[in-house]
Amino acid sequence: MSTTAPAPAPAPAAEVTSKALHTGSSDVRTLLTRNLRTSGIYIAFVAIVALFAILTGGTSLSPGNITNIVLQYSYILVLAIGMVLVIIAGHIDLSVGSVVALTGAVSAVLVIREGVPWWVGILAAIAVGLLVGVWHGFWVAYVGIPAFIVTLAGMLLFRGLTLQVLDNITLSPFPAGYGQVAGGFLNGLLGGNGYDAFTLLVGALAVAGYAVNGFRTRTARIRYAQPVESFPLFVVRVVAVGAVVMAFAWQLAHARGLPIVLIILGLLIMVYAVVSNRTIFGRQIYAIGGNLSAAMLSGVKVKAVNFWIFVNMGFLSAVAGVIYSARSNGAQPSAGNMFELDAIAAAFIGGAAVTGGVGTVVGAMVGGLIMAVMSNGMQLMGVDQSVQSVVKGLVLLLAVAFDVYNKRRAGAGR
Amino acid sequence: MDDHILTMRSITKTFPGVKALEDVSLNVVRGEIHAICGENGAGKSTLMKVLSGVYPTGSYDGEIVFDGQTVNFSGIRDSEHVGIVIIHQELALVPYLSIAENMFLGNERKGRGGLIDWNRANAEAAALLASVGLHENPVTPVGQLGVGKQQLVEIAKALSKDVKLLILDEPTAALNDIDSAHLLGLMRRLREQGITCIMISHKLNEITAVSDNVTVIRDGKTVETLNLHAGEVTQGRIIRGMVGRDLESFYPDRQSDPGEEVMRVEDWTVVHATQDRKVVDGAAFSVRAGEVVGIAGLMGAGRTELAMSIFGRSYGRNITGRLFMHGKEIRVRDVPEAIDAGIAYATEDRKKYGLNLIEDIRRNVSAAALGKLARRGFVNGNEEIKVAETSRRDMNIKAPSVLSVVGKLSGGNQQKVVLSKWLFTDPDVLILDEPTRGIDVGAKYEIYTIVNKLVADGKAVVVISSELPELLGICDRIYTLSAGRITGQMPVNQATQESLMELMTKEKEPVG
Repeated sequence: MSTTAPAPAPAPAAEVTSKALHTGSSDVRTLLTRNLRTSGIYIAFVAIVALFAILTGGTSLSPGNITNIVLQYSYILVLAIGMVLVIIAGHIDLSVGSVVALTGAVSAVLVIREGVPWWVGILAAIAVGLLVGVWHGFWVAYVGIPAFIVTLAGMLLFRGLTLQVLDNITLSPFPAGYGQVAGGFLNGLLGGNGYDAFTLLVGALAVAGYAVNGFRTRTARIRYAQPVESFPLFVVRVVAVGAVVMAFAWQLAHARGLPIVLIILGLLIMVYAVVSNRTIFGRQIYAIGGNLSAAMLSGVKVKAVNFWIFVNMGFLSAVAGVIYSARSNGAQPSAGNMFELDAIAAAFIGGAAVTGGVGTVVGAMVGGLIMAVMSNGMQLMGVDQSVQSVVKGLVLLLAVAFDVYNKRRAGAGR
Repeated sequence: MDDHILTMRSITKTFPGVKALEDVSLNVVRGEIHAICGENGAGKSTLMKVLSGVYPTGSYDGEIVFDGQTVNFSGIRDSEHVGIVIIHQELALVPYLSIAENMFLGNERKGRGGLIDWNRANAEAAALLASVGLHENPVTPVGQLGVGKQQLVEIAKALSKDVKLLILDEPTAALNDIDSAHLLGLMRRLREQGITCIMISHKLNEITAVSDNVTVIRDGKTVETLNLHAGEVTQGRIIRGMVGRDLESFYPDRQSDPGEEVMRVEDWTVVHATQDRKVVDGAAFSVRAGEVVGIAGLMGAGRTELAMSIFGRSYGRNITGRLFMHGKEIRVRDVPEAIDAGIAYATEDRKKYGLNLIEDIRRNVSAAALGKLARRGFVNGNEEIKVAETSRRDMNIKAPSVLSVVGKLSGGNQQKVVLSKWLFTDPDVLILDEPTRGIDVGAKYEIYTIVNKLVADGKAVVVISSELPELLGICDRIYTLSAGRITGQMPVNQATQESLMELMTKEKEPVG
């Protein structure tokens, strides 16, 4: 029995490339219905964007507002990246809001009170975040306390430490360099004609990268005789994504240019999408969440993986802490309050399962953006804070209910 | 004319895209034990779900007549109301509640003011327990009982509901021989009391031992109903109905040609994970290349504990002893090291410990050896699919694609996925713990064929099983295990069920 697969005989590249242009079986319908569970969230996102564009008379899509959404919600999205991994492994992290506050506070004390260079403050914040992650990881992975308890304790613990570090007062303002992280823009590098050419160039590069990567994936799949979408459909998909990205870049270019925080966020999303999907570490996270015992008996070092998941969450909490402190230009004792709930909501709206084993980074990002667009849209419309909270709560509930319904249907369909 | 307590006529049940049952009819005589058998996926469980109201009237075509009346169930409560109770393969008891609490769950014994009358409940429970031959205090938490006793609690619970027709789904699948015999005896006693039983089972010897009639279902259709009192109905006859052909033998032939010793265990001792007693005590055994070695032991003999402690110390505490691979002593501290050393272990409970049920075949096959598919930590997804496709073909896994979710496959196909996973780690020794538990005759035959192919390729295989005919059919050599000790070993041509059973029940020799 030859289950040890020999390396595939690679077909000549030219032949494969020409095949890549002509092969393809799946039609639009299968593409859409194949996975309603994942595509449903994108449809919902588009619908919500459109809804608020209409309700606000187009203001929500204006250059200034789009820039605002990016600046305002980036730290939640950063947290959601880590949170979705925690949730896939079957855990939860309730402490991230407090960790955002603590890392921001440590950085503020060093930079504002002690006068160290701004980048030292950032490094210190990251170090604190990693230590917090080590702390949580130790208790969850090696002592075996449920993450709910460990991070509930952490939520109180690190909030308390934040108050200690700050002596209960707000520290501000940061020197200019620090604020760049969250409020800075890369623009004018290629000159401007009323819009920022550099931003458009970055957008174009991103689209080109997407197209090239998509084509290479497609070629590889054909080489392995896997089903692929037909070539025209592939082109349509690339053009559609390209159009959205370029429209987005166009709007940014007409406001203040490319936010630095967007670059950070984009890099993080790319890295973590690949980590979760294509690396052994990422696969092991899904394996643990899907069936802990089976993962253990398949040789997954469960303790180590759980440990690093929490260390990673601590790291991303620190990144979010730096971005948030830079944006608010200071450190407040109450910073980051309830951020954990927004991050958790983003992961679940984005299709993660409460029982673990299911979820994607990109899904969590879309989930986070749905919350962001809704909050922002309602703010533009002047909807009362209380009503906003009610709406967000209902959206979370309905999103998960939709998910459960879908799963049940899939189960019956067999 | 027979007095039929139950008649199911032309039952047809379709799921989207699949016809699970087609024109199935079933006649059950009052006061008999009626066995239903068929391969996994043949539609037995679906038929029972139709009968017990899990699938309500209207979701299927056909007619059910119970006790002379046409019945329409809209849920399981309706069927229980007329006296049909089903006991599922996976027991539905709450481990932390007492026997009495479990027995009257949803059917509480109410006293004054709607409060539960616990004295009455416990007294009634005690009486029912006595009637099923279980001598336990009704306030004992169910989790403290073994599987065999839990099964008896389930039956006592059914009796508390004035059951007329008791349906048992694979009642002895998880029981050892002694508990099974007890359960079958109880079924005979229930029959004397006039309770009709339907038993779904794969164990043909049990069917021929206790039942009056057997209905064979294949591919969602009734094949035949055989009267076991009339003439010669052999196990072979039933199998022919189930698979639609004669199996020349349960066990495929194999040329035995063992080579060098691959693994040897000496003086292996393991302490229970939570209690202070030895579950494995000074065990020693070895297996050679191209050899199938059996380990026979009753439940609780320490079979699984022995295997799991060898496989990277994944069970127990204070493990001592020596492990040799290819004549060299090695130290294996965790599962990754065991896999590296060339040991593979397929668990007895594939759903709980063997598979990620929410993932597809592809991800499960690669799970134990992702490193082989990766370069610098990055997994090659296309290569992964190719490996899974190869397994699907070689193992004859019946699934529409390697992207099919494992949780929806039948038991036999799930077991093939587990085997594929371990074969992909390219082991020297495969330890198979109850490899054919809960899977049908046809799939069993396929698993045996796979084992034969493996030893022909020079692998060493250790099979742990409580089914002695299986061990006698596929092994070269058999060790017996009793109370954590190896009590004997013999080549298969010298072994009989009787001689093995004698060694498996041998008490610890007095120290002296």
